[in-house]
Amino acid sequence: MTISLTPETAPAHGPSLQPQGWLRYLSFSTDHKVIGLQYLVCGFLFYLIGGALAGAIRTELLTPISDFLPRQTYNEVLTLHGTVMIFLWIVPVVNGGFGNYLIPFYVGARDMAFPRLNAVAFWLIPPAGLLLISSYFIASAPESGWTAYPPLSLTTPATGQIIWILSVLLLGGSSIFGGINFIATILKLRRPGLKLMQLPMYCWAMLGTSILVVLSTPVLAGTLVLLSFDIIAHTGFFNPALGGNAVVYQHLFWFYSHPAVYIMVLPAFGLVSEILPVHARKPLFGYTTMVYSIMGIVFLGLIVWAHHMFTSGTPPWMRLFFTIATSFIAVPTGIKFFNWLATLWGGRIALNSAMLFSCAFIINFVFGGITGVALAQVPFDIHVHDTYFVVAHFHYIVYGGTVFVIFASIYHWYPKVTGRMLNEPLGRLHWLLTFVGFNLCFAPQHWLGLNGMPRRVAEYDPQFQLINQFSSVGALLMAISTLPFLINVVMSAFNGEPAGDNPWRALTPEWLTSSPPPVENWKGEPPLVHEPYGYGIKPGDISLTDTSGRDLWRLGAGSDSRS
Amino acid sequence: MPIPPAILTLLLGMGLVLSGLWVGQNVSLLPLDASSNAPVYDELFKVLFSIGTILFIGIIGLIVYSLVRFRRRPSDLSDGVAIEGNLPLEILWTAIPAIVVLFVGIYSYDIYERMGGMTPLNDHSLHAAHADASDSRTWAGISPAMAESDDGMAAVPVDVTAMQFAFIFHYPDAGITSGELHVPLGQPVALTLKANDVIHAFWVPQFRLKQDVIPGQPTLLSFTPTRTGRFPIVCAELCGPYHGGMRSTVIVEEPETFADWVAKNSPAAPASAPTAVTS
Repeated sequence: MTISLTPETAPAHGPSLQPQGWLRYLSFSTDHKVIGLQYLVCGFLFYLIGGALAGAIRTELLTPISDFLPRQTYNEVLTLHGTVMIFLWIVPVVNGGFGNYLIPFYVGARDMAFPRLNAVAFWLIPPAGLLLISSYFIASAPESGWTAYPPLSLTTPATGQIIWILSVLLLGGSSIFGGINFIATILKLRRPGLKLMQLPMYCWAMLGTSILVVLSTPVLAGTLVLLSFDIIAHTGFFNPALGGNAVVYQHLFWFYSHPAVYIMVLPAFGLVSEILPVHARKPLFGYTTMVYSIMGIVFLGLIVWAHHMFTSGTPPWMRLFFTIATSFIAVPTGIKFFNWLATLWGGRIALNSAMLFSCAFIINFVFGGITGVALAQVPFDIHVHDTYFVVAHFHYIVYGGTVFVIFASIYHWYPKVTGRMLNEPLGRLHWLLTFVGFNLCFAPQHWLGLNGMPRRVAEYDPQFQLINQFSSVGALLMAISTLPFLINVVMSAFNGEPAGDNPWRALTPEWLTSSPPPVENWKGEPPLVHEPYGYGIKPGDISLTDTSGRDLWRLGAGSDSRS
Repeated sequence: MPIPPAILTLLLGMGLVLSGLWVGQNVSLLPLDASSNAPVYDELFKVLFSIGTILFIGIIGLIVYSLVRFRRRPSDLSDGVAIEGNLPLEILWTAIPAIVVLFVGIYSYDIYERMGGMTPLNDHSLHAAHADASDSRTWAGISPAMAESDDGMAAVPVDVTAMQFAFIFHYPDAGITSGELHVPLGQPVALTLKANDVIHAFWVPQFRLKQDVIPGQPTLLSFTPTRTGRFPIVCAELCGPYHGGMRSTVIVEEPETFADWVAKNSPAAPASAPTAVTS
């Protein structure tokens, strides 16, 4: 994604309004498209760092003894891996990246509601990320996990932990600025005549996500400020030795960090809802129920946090309540998945990279959802809590779910951003390597967790060695799968087949302009799109380009059972 | 005349459900069961595994079928049929998962109760006998209710101290302090878990039991071992650099062997009066 964007944007007449040259393009700008790409590129660089850290973890786990990294470094690596992947890759990319690029198009606006705040939100990320990584070189990186549970986080070296807190506070601030901006843009900047229930689904997903961001991120910020007081000023909020309570921290932390899961997956749900109808040539099935299920997930997502604490100090009634609430999230989530399946059913499905990644997302996420409902059951969770089963579960959600959707989205919107197509065979190779590697890496970890391997360990029972090696081979495949993707993205920016303005024959407003789009998105009036998913032939109509004698005969016989 | 699709679908569904149930009943992914609540846990696991298998195979089947059956041929530029929704269908696939989830929730509640998890917190009668006098509160852990077995056998009390990076087991009745947990077969054991420094977690995979050990919150955890042998005790909460090495062993022995072990390891003075506990 880095390069690109220049050749086509230099029209013959006069200087372009778009910044020229990739360095200038990715410098300070208030254009929502530029900021969206900045989020994507920056997020992807941090993804490579986080991936390298994951590689270090999987290398250490090739053998049951701690022999690759010093034990302390191993804990630093796993802490940084979690923090980088969540706060610097997935959250910024699915929210800030695609949100900034697409939302103004979808509401028919020329930019976000607060363009400068938008730029500030992005520019908080690179310094926060560099600060986090630099902690390893300054003193020592944080080593209490991305959850930073006290009292462990109070007893590990303070410098690294404080830098971690500062960095997460900056990233949380960025996230809140972004959330406010999305809410304002979606609710207040809609083109006159465009009703809420006519918006593309991604707008609804981002509205729900932003509500979660604005409601829950401040709680995390407050908690981390208290934690920093405990570390610097030796207060006793969470320190049992000083009369504090360590479990209160867990409640406050998960009050943000469970909604954070939905902050990571709801935008992905929205993106998939955009991609599937285009490539299946069918309307999105059940628009209204999709909207209500997003809002249902937002509401339920706020009242399930204590399921992360079933083995911690929680009373029985609380365990019961959070079991039921958590299980019920499966209902609105299930509605969305059934709707996607119904969208595919009877379509004209193009089996391109975007579609393959989207379908792999459905499969992975359903698997992660099933293990999620199991984990919601207190008696089940008691055995596998804090084991590799949980590691496998959440990687199925955030990697198998969201990261697959990020790739699907890049294959889908690359022609819009650059005006050139990505190479399809390379894209399918990328998909195959990622899908096989991912499942080889994480599926066996369920068994490891069930049979007694806890998470966050550098050494383990030798009986688990073989399965861990399978998992590490899967991780290697995932690392290799990045190469065809990178080659594809860079090469296609220069040599890709020209895409034209609307290669997918899509109906959503971002495709109703040139590719790449001009500054302020449209020359002239923004289009008013009442039916963003108006694909398909109305039942009863017969498309002449498509009809064979057999179809005509079947329509005549009236026995089409799969309508 | 071809077989009507409705009948084929019905047969497919029945086959799917039956194979899911069969897989669920015959799956063996769990370690050995060695405590009285492990078989209860395994029952829940089988039910969840059956439901999960049916759902997962069903959805994969639908996706793969759709991708093959409805794939676009090259140069085909036509659209699918414009179906925007189907309210009865949506109600159906909202109601079925809701019912399944409710059933699973109620069933797991029942399992949890059978594991003894729903004992109210303020029921101190169970462990008043050995509650530490210096600490007024003892928290109920995951499974605090089995302090007495069905035939009224008293529980063996053990004080567990978790610290970076070891578990220490103290038998207040016999005055023994040990690095391994010895317990008699078939007799309930009541652990009082305390942490000295950071949060740890006491996990015995073969017992299907795990409890966080939180500084400042002594917690009660009970179980009844049902199989002799040596099983690992694993710390399951990140507690520092040597977290992965923080392991111990629980040794389940015949009651006579256990009695011998107690007799052999007790301090010289036989405990006629309760020994002073120094922890």
